[in-house]
Amino acid sequence: MYSQGLIGADGRTEESEAFLEAFQKRIDAEEKIEPKDAMPEGYRRTLIRQIGQHAHSEIVGMLPEGNWITRAPSLKRKAALLAKVQDEGGHGLYLYAAAETLGVSREQMTEELHSGKAKYSSIFNYPTLSWADIGAIGWLVDGAAIMNQIPLCRCSFGPYARAMIRICKEESFHQRQGYEIMLTLCRGTPEQKEMAQDALNRFWWPALMMFGPHDKDSAHSEQSMKWKIKRFSNDQLRQKFIDATVPQAEYLGLTVPDPDLRWDPELNDGKGGYRHGEIDWDEFWRVVKGDGVMNRDRIAARRKAWEEGAWVREAALAHAAKREGRRAAAE
Amino acid sequence: MKDENLFNALIELADDHSILCHRLGEWCGHAPILEEDLALTNMALDLIGTARNLYTYAAEIEGRGRSEDDLAYLRNERQFRNLLMVERPNGDFAHTMLRQLFFAAFMEPYWQAALESRDETLRGIAGKAVKEMGYHIRHAGEWVIRLGDGTEESAQRMQAAMEALHIYVDELFHSSPAAEAAALAGLLPERGALRTAWLENITPILAEARLELPEAPNPQIGGRAGLHGEDLGHILCEMQYLQRSHPGATW
Amino acid sequence: MKEETPLWEVFIRPRNGLAHRHVGSVHAADAVLALDAARDVYTRRGEGNSIWVVPSAAITASDPAHADETFDPTADKIYRHPTFYDIPEDVGHM
Repeated sequence: MYSQGLIGADGRTEESEAFLEAFQKRIDAEEKIEPKDAMPEGYRRTLIRQIGQHAHSEIVGMLPEGNWITRAPSLKRKAALLAKVQDEGGHGLYLYAAAETLGVSREQMTEELHSGKAKYSSIFNYPTLSWADIGAIGWLVDGAAIMNQIPLCRCSFGPYARAMIRICKEESFHQRQGYEIMLTLCRGTPEQKEMAQDALNRFWWPALMMFGPHDKDSAHSEQSMKWKIKRFSNDQLRQKFIDATVPQAEYLGLTVPDPDLRWDPELNDGKGGYRHGEIDWDEFWRVVKGDGVMNRDRIAARRKAWEEGAWVREAALAHAAKREGRRAAAE
Repeated sequence: MKDENLFNALIELADDHSILCHRLGEWCGHAPILEEDLALTNMALDLIGTARNLYTYAAEIEGRGRSEDDLAYLRNERQFRNLLMVERPNGDFAHTMLRQLFFAAFMEPYWQAALESRDETLRGIAGKAVKEMGYHIRHAGEWVIRLGDGTEESAQRMQAAMEALHIYVDELFHSSPAAEAAALAGLLPERGALRTAWLENITPILAEARLELPEAPNPQIGGRAGLHGEDLGHILCEMQYLQRSHPGATW
Repeated sequence: MKEETPLWEVFIRPRNGLAHRHVGSVHAADAVLALDAARDVYTRRGEGNSIWVVPSAAITASDPAHADETFDPTADKIYRHPTFYDIPEDVGHM
């Protein structure tokens, strides 16, 4: 579950005009690019960065929801949440594998995450404070992610597109799972409904920020669109998300925490859509740059798991070597 | 109630699965390698599936209109009947895998025997669970072997896990009066009879892992009487907090 | 840097009668753990009944830079295809 305009992409590349033109022709003809194909260095770098950020988002994204596994309020919810968080882990795994086809290892990517060099979706730096947050994350965060991930299934890079097809198929239950939690809370006691409203209040704006800066401020979007790594602009996807989500909030009987939100029949080429209030981009950049409530804890948790697991990984390798040695000796 | 002994025996089993699932769930997002995040969650999901089947059936036997969640979330420490082994803290990966192996190595022959139960519902539950436990033995066993015969550090950690956990093994083979009665009635297997099968599951794995099962002259026993260690109370605090703080609410 | 856990390519057969198909990869120290990992990662929704794992390093791939000389010469060998041959319709299906 990830949706964010690539943070800090670098599409610069130094190949000859002729090479770039031939490559662009393949892209324009909707040919998929496969790992060992000749490709501009900027294309490779952008992909490694984007797939890496996407993978890290899945992995870090396990933490805020994992925070509620042991407190899930029923056995059914616990099973669903376990399965959902497990999926996020699986999706991180598929994505690391897709990036690995470009010649970067999972270990390298992991180290970049732990050192703070690699970014991940800023939404996961917000804490999950109540059970309703699990509903809100499924509904809003997975809802936002799906807007971004479905077009990624047609991304020009084959392994990324294939991973995304699998991910989208598996994630289809995630948003429904979240919305069902919200629905149950909204039909429950006044305290439960208040819990749901509070979760919407806290997650609405961060969910809108997931789509990344406005197009006019998104420096590297254009090149990514041209290479068909990205198919829709940040603002297009954000608009789609808002238009889909506001009626869902109304159905729940919840109030979207945006006093400026209003229907505008002129939007979307006259089909109508919702205009929203100003997004607090200072907050966005503050959180992306490391000063959200949970940034430090998230990275610390990932690093702890990795470092405390080192002896396990080493033991498995040592055992494999021993076994290989014994086999060789027996021959 | 139709059969109070069967009800109590089912609660014991359901609590085992629910609490062990809870412990494995604590790993989710924190495993030593991403592949194990998925493996541990798969095992947790197997366990919660069985726990739900067992609670649901227990509630049906009881016939008082309680739900699986009433049974899982609205009983206190002294009413929980799980084995002491499953409530033990996860410790390191060696502890978790050895505990999983010990438990699955017992439950696999247990469910195998339960396939012969006089009770059709129990045969159904057993049919699903026996395969899952077979896989848990394999997966946990592979790790016990690798850690036991890996590096010096991993061997030490595996040894420490063995020392910490072997005292909880004996309780696997003990039957509460309720379980005894259910066994006599041909509904559930006789636990004491499964020691050989358990050893057959464990022995080749421990041999490959260069581990020995120490004698336990003073095993820890008490879960079936609701006499737990201090950890269970904390598990239940977390697990039950929403149900307890919003009485009667639907989730 | 510490030794990295090797990469394995995973192939799954969805059901008997079909071929194993590449689905992705996993990291594992050895073949047994790779099989377990492939099972836990790639068959959570009943995707298959048989798994192969192959060390990624063991795969030799053709070079896309030589794709033209490798694959293009076949393009004009149209006599390998049944439609190349003219058989009167009266002969019936052949």
